[in-house]
Amino acid sequence: MAQHKVNYTQNGGLPVALTSIDKIVNWGRSNSIWALTYGLACCGIEMMASGASRYDFDRFGTIFRASPRQADVMIVAGTLTKKHAEFIKRLYDQMTEPKWVISMGSCANTGGMFNTYATVQGVDRIIPVDLYLPGCAPRPETLQYGVMLLQKKIRANHASRAQKAKRLM
Amino acid sequence: MRAYKPKDNVQAKAYYTDRFFVSPQVAKFSPESDEVFAQDLEAIKSKFEVLDAYIQVGQMVVYIKPEDNFRVLKLMKKELTYTQLTEMSAIDWIAQRGGFEVFYQMLSMDKRKRIRIKMFIKKGEAVNSVEKLFRSADWSEREMFDMFGIEANGHPFMKRILMPYDWQGHPLLKTYPLQGDEFAAWYEVDKIYGKEARDAIGPELRDPAKVDRYDSERFARLGHEVPKGTKITGNEPKVVQNYQEDGGVFMIKKFDKKDSVVIDDPQR
Repeated sequence: MAQHKVNYTQNGGLPVALTSIDKIVNWGRSNSIWALTYGLACCGIEMMASGASRYDFDRFGTIFRASPRQADVMIVAGTLTKKHAEFIKRLYDQMTEPKWVISMGSCANTGGMFNTYATVQGVDRIIPVDLYLPGCAPRPETLQYGVMLLQKKIRANHASRAQKAKRLM
Repeated sequence: MRAYKPKDNVQAKAYYTDRFFVSPQVAKFSPESDEVFAQDLEAIKSKFEVLDAYIQVGQMVVYIKPEDNFRVLKLMKKELTYTQLTEMSAIDWIAQRGGFEVFYQMLSMDKRKRIRIKMFIKKGEAVNSVEKLFRSADWSEREMFDMFGIEANGHPFMKRILMPYDWQGHPLLKTYPLQGDEFAAWYEVDKIYGKEARDAIGPELRDPAKVDRYDSERFARLGHEVPKGTKITGNEPKVVQNYQEDGGVFMIKKFDKKDSVVIDDPQR
């Protein structure tokens, strides 16, 4: 007998779960948050560690994609320079709705210690941010917890209703 | 016992006042004190005018005229075996002397010696490119142009290297503010959303020590969060952070510690 055989005797003896459209859509969305590979600085190393075997993002359904067309969430991991600002906006616009943004680390949140002429003082000057993660750099656990909170946020959405596109301006 | 020093208002006291620290000068020696350097200097002096030369921290510094720079570096590369240009850039002396000091740091692997060629140019003057002699000068001269605005004549691609092409100003000038001028402060907003978006987005928050008087109301203690708008008194009960809703999540089982097994056999 297979180890992981489904126990049909539970749930009333049928392989059926009754639910609402909202819940099933949100279940799908929240458990397949594909992230755009966006390591800009040292936070990117922590993001890579979160994706690697020890912390294992794949079990959350978070798989890093190299194309904005396939991504649901943009994890801005690192210092955003003013030269790069237009590209982050372009990549954000290329992502398909619904989309979310996690601002990871002090630099992405506020510019951090780079109080200089070349650093954007917070990515929320360019794109709307859903979740700010504190830390310099945040540990992989923080990012994992952030993704869990994002899942909670997605589940709170009414997926069947029309979504208003998030725009800064 | 240590002498008592009153410590009131240490936060307000500036412990560092020098805007630009002027380091004490290291002792300079005559080039004759080193055999190799003396010969090299003679070779340069025989063909070009040398304004000043000395040895400092084991390296010879030679001041030349700016129009000779390409030929001096060619002589050093071809005849004096200084085959590497390890670094080159400029120093801003506009306030003191009205121009820039451009330096070329040369290394000879054969002689195991380093020579720094220096020359002074006035503000707005260009230098001759040495890119044809040293490939490393390609990016270095572009960086020098980017950071100081000194152009190199004869460079194949005289454009900015670090800052964006449409940037205004040269950031390494001592007159350039560290936190950027008006153009730098609005660069990304102007470029992406246009100037009319300035009011909506607002200026950059540049004061890291800024304390908002609402901060203690808007942000609760970590682990003692309250709903938005609640008046914070300071003795809020502890809140256990959950990433799942109370009623459970559709199709997802909550981890139950009682039903779990701890595998402590490393040979399992």
